[in-house]
Amino acid sequence: MASHYEAPIREPLVTGEKSYHDVTVDVAAPVEGRANKQWWIVFSIALVAFLWGLGCIIYTISTGIGVWGLNKTIGWAWDITNFVWWVGIGHAGTLISAVLLLFRQKWRMAVNRSAEAMTIFSVVQAGLFPIIHMGRPWLAYWVLPIPNQFGSLWVNFNSPLLWDVFAISTYLSVSLVFWWTGLLPDFAMLRDRAVKPFQKKIYSLLSFGWSGRAKDWQRFEEVSLVLAGLATPLVLSVHTIVSFDFATSVIPGWHSTIYPPYFVAGAIFSGFAMVLTLLIIMRKVSNLENYITRAHIEYMNKVILLTGGIVSVAYITEFFIAWYSGSNYEDYTYLSIGAATGPYWWAFWALIICNFVVPQTLWIKKLRRNFMWSFIVSIVINIGMWFERFDIIVINLSKGHLPSSWSMFSPTFVDVGIFLGTIGFFFVLFLLYARTFPVIAQAEVKTILKSSGERYKRLREEGNSLAGTAADHRTSDIAEVSKKTSSESIKIDAEKQAQLLASLGVHDDEDEADDLKKINGIGPVMEKTLNQIGIYKYEQVSKMSEKEYNLLDEITGAFPGRAQRDDWAGQAKNLIN
Amino acid sequence: MASKVIQAIYNDDDVLMMAVKRVKEAHHHIEEVYTPFPVHGLDKAMGLAPTRIAITSFMYGCVGITVAVLMMDFIMIEDWPQNIGGKPSFSFIENMPAFIPIMFELTVFFAAHLMVITFYMRSKLWPFKKAENPDVRTTDDHFLMEVSLHDNEDELTRLLVDTGAVEVKVSEKH
Repeated sequence: MASHYEAPIREPLVTGEKSYHDVTVDVAAPVEGRANKQWWIVFSIALVAFLWGLGCIIYTISTGIGVWGLNKTIGWAWDITNFVWWVGIGHAGTLISAVLLLFRQKWRMAVNRSAEAMTIFSVVQAGLFPIIHMGRPWLAYWVLPIPNQFGSLWVNFNSPLLWDVFAISTYLSVSLVFWWTGLLPDFAMLRDRAVKPFQKKIYSLLSFGWSGRAKDWQRFEEVSLVLAGLATPLVLSVHTIVSFDFATSVIPGWHSTIYPPYFVAGAIFSGFAMVLTLLIIMRKVSNLENYITRAHIEYMNKVILLTGGIVSVAYITEFFIAWYSGSNYEDYTYLSIGAATGPYWWAFWALIICNFVVPQTLWIKKLRRNFMWSFIVSIVINIGMWFERFDIIVINLSKGHLPSSWSMFSPTFVDVGIFLGTIGFFFVLFLLYARTFPVIAQAEVKTILKSSGERYKRLREEGNSLAGTAADHRTSDIAEVSKKTSSESIKIDAEKQAQLLASLGVHDDEDEADDLKKINGIGPVMEKTLNQIGIYKYEQVSKMSEKEYNLLDEITGAFPGRAQRDDWAGQAKNLIN
Repeated sequence: MASKVIQAIYNDDDVLMMAVKRVKEAHHHIEEVYTPFPVHGLDKAMGLAPTRIAITSFMYGCVGITVAVLMMDFIMIEDWPQNIGGKPSFSFIENMPAFIPIMFELTVFFAAHLMVITFYMRSKLWPFKKAENPDVRTTDDHFLMEVSLHDNEDELTRLLVDTGAVEVKVSEKH
């Protein structure tokens, strides 16, 4: 059908000879199978890191923030660095599912589920830091504008820190419902495949009773589109507001109008890097090579190249303006305090090399289509983006306007422990997700299978119609299916069968059976039923009269009076001749 | 009301679309179609009215921004006006720029969540809800069309088998 047309020049997004049923099986396989040894090893490591981090958090809260390496000059360091890093990573998921949906990018369908999972898990990590930093996390609800016992003491709505509370909680909750709504049909698929009663129960619960009615799908698509429209400005607003935490302050280096666009681009940059890191592993481990293809990696690398370019231009702009403006204040930000040459030269150059230099290799097509290189670059970018936040926060704070209070920052084991703990927590969540959730939005992939699947593109090129091509012999072997229904729905009365066959004549040789479907009114199901009774030949049908018709109706119980009305006997006679 | 329906199962979306068009042309009433994924154009072919859920989202967004404005006005201007950073809070309109992020976030919050809740309620989706798809294969790779019966089983069966259904059966309407 023309509706499935896609330009042949476009690379297929689903490779291999896939039917709809194949998509189901491939997506369900990691959930239905058992975890292998590597999974348990990685999971154990992540769990240990998480527990270590938990210990550090408990130590911090029970002893005080003094266990961190903060000092009078640098009052914000790893905590806020990690917070911004994790929030930034959490930007790719919504970008993929929302912005790319609005741009009708079909390749997002293979990666959006995992990217959104990553978003939610990393925003959870991010949220931990401000809460821990509060010192008394059990009072975290004080950030909400609730009536309280201190008279009319409200939170300060002029503060970007409070805007953050609203932005991040809106972002987290909206991403969560967006993710979950998309998951419903896929949970339903797992539910309907589940064999064990426990799994059936769990997936029934998770799928909210999704039944896949046409009206549900119509609403589903509209809801997805509107959520995408809402989430697109939302995702841009979140990191904009995070950047306000710095940009609205008066610290040199932070007080900068370039921050919002620069932070947003950086967030997408780092988020895509993390998606690549995760998916390059996942496609191998979960055998999803046919869905997350080289083309997908290349598309993501192109986004990285673009956003990395924006980030690089922002770096250059900051330096150029520092020099060109001749303003002492601007100059002080980067040049005269020696960001690149001072004691933090290593952090500065780590940033430049990781975020600016290394990603430029992706201009080369061979490299951006190479899995190994993409994986290395994604790790490098993750590191670089952590250093970007560290540089912004620590370098700028280390040299304030008062030289006597200049200072350096060195993290304690608690700082390091909490950071590693959040990485562990993130991977614990992601690994559990990879074994229990449908990691690819299979319902959505099925919608593009005929337009972008390798097999269907080829069939279309050969000028074939695609109608009926996505059926799978395992689920729709017609004879198989009909036999099942006929044996289920019809219990043949032996006595009546004998009577019927007595008058029609017995013919047991199935191989010489006529195609009874040629008789108007006999479909594949009825033909199977007739065969089951022992009617194979036109000759037998042609002998039917009112008595036999009635007997047949009594046996089959379905469609009474139909055979007579259609005059099967008359038709059969014509077919013999 | 018809208490019996005839269920036709298809194994391909293109075949289903053609079948839906033919059944509509023959003036039969399609009760429901269950599909494993959104089949584009199916709602139009079935004659379903367009969904109004986007309109509800807009209205919820309006509620959200109203809540935000009233909340900011009450908390920051009426109840406890403070002079923060030399910018006194005596007038909503003058202080409004600082509230734009909150107004935006609450608009999105209301529009998104209330729309999704509306969707779940209208489509009867919630935890512990029992699924109603008549055949488990409809979440895998089969498509099921339910047509209401009015003593025209034979005619309909013939039509449905002719449109390429792999299975046709009569069932009581639940």
